[in-house]
Amino acid sequence: MFIHGYEAVGRGALNAGCTHFFGYPITPQNEITEFFARELPQRGGRFVQTESELSSAAMVFGASLGGVRVMTSTASPGWGLMQEILSHISMCELPCVVVNVQRGGPGQGTTRHAQTDYLSATRGGGQGGYKSIVLAPSSVQECHDLLQLAFYLADKYRILVVVLADGILIQIAEQVDVKRIDFDPLPPKDWAFKGMGKKGGRFDYIHSTRGIMPPVYRDIIVQMHEKYGRIAEAEVRFKTYQADDAELLLVAYGYVARCCEEAVNIARSKGLKVGMIQPVTLWPFPYEIMAQKASSGCRFLVVEDSMGQLLEDVRLGVEGKSPIAFLGLSSRHVAGELGMIFPETILEEVKRLI
Amino acid sequence: MTVNHSGVIVKEKIYGPSPYLMNFPLPSCSGCGSPMACKIIMDVLEELGVVERAIVVVGIGCAGFGFFRTKMDMTMCAHGAAPSVALGIKQANYDDAIVFTVQGDGDCAAIGAGYLVNSAARGDKITVFMLNNTNYGTTGGQMAPTTLIGQVTTTTPGGRNAIAHGYPLHIAEMVATIKGVAYSARGATNNFANYQRTRKYVKSALQKQIDGVGFSFVEILVACPVNWHLEPIKAMKRLEEVIAEYPLGEFRDLEALD
Repeated sequence: MFIHGYEAVGRGALNAGCTHFFGYPITPQNEITEFFARELPQRGGRFVQTESELSSAAMVFGASLGGVRVMTSTASPGWGLMQEILSHISMCELPCVVVNVQRGGPGQGTTRHAQTDYLSATRGGGQGGYKSIVLAPSSVQECHDLLQLAFYLADKYRILVVVLADGILIQIAEQVDVKRIDFDPLPPKDWAFKGMGKKGGRFDYIHSTRGIMPPVYRDIIVQMHEKYGRIAEAEVRFKTYQADDAELLLVAYGYVARCCEEAVNIARSKGLKVGMIQPVTLWPFPYEIMAQKASSGCRFLVVEDSMGQLLEDVRLGVEGKSPIAFLGLSSRHVAGELGMIFPETILEEVKRLI
Repeated sequence: MTVNHSGVIVKEKIYGPSPYLMNFPLPSCSGCGSPMACKIIMDVLEELGVVERAIVVVGIGCAGFGFFRTKMDMTMCAHGAAPSVALGIKQANYDDAIVFTVQGDGDCAAIGAGYLVNSAARGDKITVFMLNNTNYGTTGGQMAPTTLIGQVTTTTPGGRNAIAHGYPLHIAEMVATIKGVAYSARGATNNFANYQRTRKYVKSALQKQIDGVGFSFVEILVACPVNWHLEPIKAMKRLEEVIAEYPLGEFRDLEALD
């Protein structure tokens, strides 16, 4: 199937059993919202166009409490607005999926593409110090597949999963195998809000004030972070490309990883020992592979369409054992919002470093 | 015929605590109107026979503290967001649940006004109960949109002045102008007559949701003795001044939306 990134997001979600979507218009992801407005009602699901991204996130909060698979999607300014509610979702440990199609910032940024929300997404963007699993697709196929993984991980850990895409991935079209992925079975959501008549007399209090009443704040936070620890142990995902014998490793995610892949191909054709490590989970981040490669003498070139955010995680992984170069937003081919970091630019930097 | 815990023989039970209430102390202050509103809502839910499929969304603040001891699925959500959370729950249950919010006037009329208006305009099949005590009670008595002109609060130490601080906001009347609304009313808890009248409004509002007519809303004027710096009895008396600004009654009551 030859489809756009936005449709791959939609079909991935439907394949995961997503039945509810709440969204607010914002460029460059409107086609995702429009997909669900068209598809969900005819499949017995529910779609609501909301009055703000705050309201989208609040409805996601409610529907997640109700026990269904629910998501929203937005772009950078809307991502910023949602943070208050996403923090409440995290305190309540509710499973849900948010797609952030990065378009750049600060403020309104541009309406096109960028990778400037990395730190906001990976460090818990709202108040209070929490973690979300962050998945980064770099192709239309991965937009489809990672959406399914996102819903599975959300339910497995009762956690917010963020799919961090960008304006280019969502707007390009590629060949996609639209098939449902089978994951391990999950326990039923016996806590879901159905009214106690349907729960055999059971009723649940799930609220973000639970740190106050009863007074167990410290224990709740410790438990949440123990869960984050288990996720960091079990769910790190990354891809390597031509990395085995590489002397210089590119590190990139999203559309920039595609440009890096092309740069590696050209470099290899010229006999240069260059490879790539591509984090698929931005949190939990693949620190260990960075450390291993640094210990075995590899040097690094971080390429990202920001002024250096992924760069911070690579530094944490490498721990000063090896030099890290950086190619960022200032290397876009033009100054306007259409500017991109092209493979040729990356290749020049590779040649300079080797 | 049964024997109660005091050894008294009970021939016929005509009144008692709701079986859906857990018996532990409320965090509310003495004379607070919130537990009274909670009791009205619980009595009506029982009377309508829907308490076992009811779900409550409590706003930020003390308005909904009463629901921290009711046997219902309960959430307390982000400040002002209760109507949207309620709609999410309602939709997740494919409308087969009775979902209502309990919010204070600060939560509902200030930070939550955008959520409220748009929920009403969509005609969401939920019920919003706004408890109006004319100030921010939980945070210590600051000015709210509903604060009366002349009322002294911690952020209007010289009394609320319309030129400097704006005017009291009439939410029940405002909601009644919105086309998605099936029912909007304002009641009070200052005397038995008004208590019974409010009970009737709460019942009408929940019935609109049960019948799937549209959005329903009841504002309930309640006393806040601590932040009004009055004894509970005098605070009840002061509610008459609040009623003078916010008249009681039904402002919209439709069998079907236009």
